Amino acid sequence: MSKMKALVCRECGKEYPTKAIHVCEMCFGPLEVKYNYDEIKQAISRKKIEDGPDSMWRYLDLLPVEGTNFVGPHAGFTPLVRAKNLGAYLGIDELYIKNDTVNHPTLSFKDRVVAVALTRARELGFETVACASTGNLANSVSAHAASANLHCYVFIPGDLEAAKVLGNLIYKPHVVEVEGNYDDVNRLCSEIAGEHGWAFVNINIRPYYAEGSKTLAFETVEQLGWKTPDQVVIPMASGSLLTKIWKGLHEMKYVGLIDDVRTKINGAQAEGCSPISTAFKAGRDFFKPVKPKTIAKSLAIGNPADGYYALKATAESKGSMDMVTDEEVVEGIQLLAQTEGIFAETAGGVTIGVLKKLVKQGIIKKNEVTVAYITGNGLKTQEAVIDAVGRPTRIQPSLVAFEKNFKLGKNGGGDS
Amino acid sequence: MAHLRFHIRFPEEGIRQPIIYQIGREYNVVTDVRRADVRDTTGWADVEFTGDTAEIERALEGLRKKGCSVDPIELNVVE
Repeated sequence: MSKMKALVCRECGKEYPTKAIHVCEMCFGPLEVKYNYDEIKQAISRKKIEDGPDSMWRYLDLLPVEGTNFVGPHAGFTPLVRAKNLGAYLGIDELYIKNDTVNHPTLSFKDRVVAVALTRARELGFETVACASTGNLANSVSAHAASANLHCYVFIPGDLEAAKVLGNLIYKPHVVEVEGNYDDVNRLCSEIAGEHGWAFVNINIRPYYAEGSKTLAFETVEQLGWKTPDQVVIPMASGSLLTKIWKGLHEMKYVGLIDDVRTKINGAQAEGCSPISTAFKAGRDFFKPVKPKTIAKSLAIGNPADGYYALKATAESKGSMDMVTDEEVVEGIQLLAQTEGIFAETAGGVTIGVLKKLVKQGIIKKNEVTVAYITGNGLKTQEAVIDAVGRPTRIQPSLVAFEKNFKLGKNGGGDS
Repeated sequence: MAHLRFHIRFPEEGIRQPIIYQIGREYNVVTDVRRADVRDTTGWADVEFTGDTAEIERALEGLRKKGCSVDPIELNVVE
């Protein structure tokens, strides 16, 4: 029997075979992977995982692929950094940063979901993969497709920044620049996914793709010594990452890797695109779509597919949500860099900004083991901080000039 | 004959109007509501439109003129 039981509708529960489908034919609800947990429980153990590869594939028993011919064999198992300096600054005794700024190969958590999506796509017989993206997803799909010799189409809005376009072109996929706004690209990609026999990673392969996010939960628990954290802070775009971390924690319980889940799940958004956090703060179980306007572009999804489920997971966990201004996003990036030496993209600034708020509000307490998920590398969004980081100290090439500018102590400490 | 699926969100002032019915009358399309959530001030419906593609496009434009927003059934897929 396969570890994957079926694809199941998240709304009506109707089951489907594990093919490249994503919408329930009955109610049009989204599909997700349902597993044979009893069977997985017999096969999985902490020891087996610890003896596995140093990648997210050590959790293969809980991922929706059949074989071991992985696309993206090195994705995941990124450091869980004990953030003593940032913890001290914020007033938390035990704070950790799950550092996906160093995820392989394209320096964002998308390498996890794309590795799963393309591995499954190849198992299902696809030779062409595609995605619609404004950044991290396109980079990851392009890189993985290149390494797996898959044909690749990347659809981007016509007004995308040059640096981001270059980040895709280097892998030589077919980059399709669509004339029109975000909604036009969105609609076109949905239609193309329906017409062509391609693996559109975040459309018809989405049930598999989204499962890759669970590995962030698995790794966190293992790296904490098989303990669940008390609090986690997760950036939200579609809301999928948050719901899958919640699912992943519970799967570890279902298969006997941990005894209980007591983690509070907290969601983070930027004020300029905060449909989910706004709904949470208003006490609503539904969100109202918005037109995004924020520097945190990797989180700028105004009509999030998993928004409802993110609200539900957060409420179930007795967690919270909040949002931060663009100024607070930049401050968050700087704070993380200057305390822990980790340069995060704007989504990381959102996470740190919201973490700071939740501590200040007493929602996250001093003695609670807390994990903040940092999902992408700051080198991807340097333009966001360019006006905030200052300039180098310029001097003439002489010792006198140097010492005039820097009053050094015995150990080299000092200031300019 | 095309079958296209959309997520339609109604404007607050249109919550008490039979918008899907009106669209079926005004355009040569068959509308099939599969899932919906309509409350006092907000509402949405997941609907399949069957008809000629160009006529479906006109029907969608008609929905927009009535203040509705129309998205693919998957909502936002550009990540």
